[in-house]
Amino acid sequence: MRNVGIIMRRELASYFATPLAYVFILIFLVLANAFTFYLGGFYERGQADLDPFFTFHPWLYLFLIPAISMKLWAEERKSGSIELLMTQPVELWDAVLGKFLAAWIFTALALALTFPLWIAVNYLGSPDNGAILAAYLGSLLLAGGFLAIGSCMSALTRNQVVAFILGVAGCFVFLLAGFPLVLDVFRSWAPQVLVDAIASLSFLTHFESIAKGVIDVRDLLYFAMLIGFFLLATAIALNLRKDL
Amino acid sequence: MIKTERLTKHYDSLTAVEDVSFQVGPGEVLGFLGPNGAGKTTTMRMLAGFVTPTSGSANICGHDVAREPLAAKAALGYLPEGAPSYGEMTVRRFLAFIADLRALEGARREQRLAHGGVLDQTIETLSKGFRRRVGLAQAIVHDPPVLILDEPTDGLDPNQKHEVRTLINDMARDKIIVISTHILEEVDAVCTRAIIISRGRIVADDSPAGLAARSRYHNAVSMQLEEPGQLARARDAVAGLPAVAQVEVSERDARLTALPRSGATILPALSELAARQGLKLKELHLESGRLDEVFRSITA
Repeated sequence: MRNVGIIMRRELASYFATPLAYVFILIFLVLANAFTFYLGGFYERGQADLDPFFTFHPWLYLFLIPAISMKLWAEERKSGSIELLMTQPVELWDAVLGKFLAAWIFTALALALTFPLWIAVNYLGSPDNGAILAAYLGSLLLAGGFLAIGSCMSALTRNQVVAFILGVAGCFVFLLAGFPLVLDVFRSWAPQVLVDAIASLSFLTHFESIAKGVIDVRDLLYFAMLIGFFLLATAIALNLRKDL
Repeated sequence: MIKTERLTKHYDSLTAVEDVSFQVGPGEVLGFLGPNGAGKTTTMRMLAGFVTPTSGSANICGHDVAREPLAAKAALGYLPEGAPSYGEMTVRRFLAFIADLRALEGARREQRLAHGGVLDQTIETLSKGFRRRVGLAQAIVHDPPVLILDEPTDGLDPNQKHEVRTLINDMARDKIIVISTHILEEVDAVCTRAIIISRGRIVADDSPAGLAARSRYHNAVSMQLEEPGQLARARDAVAGLPAVAQVEVSERDARLTALPRSGATILPALSELAARQGLKLKELHLESGRLDEVFRSITA
């Protein structure tokens, strides 16, 4: 566990050593606010809540999260530093977890920087702050799920652009798993049980129930298992071929 | 002690390394030689636990690399090919990161990281030579009993090469060191033993002197004449000696190399012949053997 912390700190510091962190945070904040005010009609609705803010998070994350996760392993493969890391006395799992946590903490930071909106809505009215907190938690879990998928895609290739595209595609499938767009692909040939199982994997359904302020253990478990699954898949992908 | 047993690696249909077995003990500096693509890097990666062998095993200081990877890696300092590192980090932070992973603590950590002149400059802005040195520093920061260095002097200028070789020689006494290289002068400069690998297999395992002795030029005598005009006469006279098997002539620098029949000593006979024939010699010397020629004849 000690090594998880060491690798996480190194990784997190590397975000801020390059313009990546600043560009990401800036774009994230600009887009999150633009969506809230222009697409979400924050003022026009006349309601003191952050629904118009959180509604767009899945779509915002769909493109921004793979931009973070694409470098997790593809960059290590490309620069060869994966060989350096994997020949230190470190468990593979420590590295997978450390790097994932660094990315997750970083997105948590970006998310936390949207606090002026929370202040604004409290200034304008008296919103249900418990529900807002729950929605923040849901958003963070959603980001974690996307990051875990992206981490796995990044471990499959040494090309960051490929990792990005695979990441977006993977996240998109999970985001819309409950919608006809994805389900129709399976309906034609798969048994109903499988179609239902796939439908229940939808990010959107689980996220929206948390975003409404209802924290259900099943939703938490869903995200925990999804993250666990894709981190395991990351480790397996790395273990199969470290010298890609 | 490093020990490998029938180490083999296949990539799909390609055989990168086949049946490589050797042992290296303390005080030995093993040079791993071979043409590019012969399997040097793959072998070293299997020793370092980065590539999983298809079959066979590697053992570092009594720890099997596959079964006890962490113990084996802890005993090992490893410089990967090309000395990769994290370019955006400063040298100081990078070495501190490695020291943390190597669990160096307290006074020992201070002491190992205290070397003067550690840069607060990011690694990506360093010259190739400095980057290689950062890679070496990373490999030795925990003072490991075993060092595996993949092409430690590749891309360095002659001064830097000399520096790295001095460093290796200084550490050689109490460590086991394996270096890979395709620079043959390096073998003479630092190695006590050389393994030549070709198409994934060991084709020679000997001391540098032993390898040189395999050369056709072992115990050959080379003479350079003052007057190129004497070259033809000298060649005929030398070729007439019973112990001489073959004579090679280089017109460009008026040089003549006499190869002995196996086991024969020809230097006294040649120097006597030169005196008798009145040949004016610029230079006369006994060759110990040419490593590059041995290398080519074994691996070609």
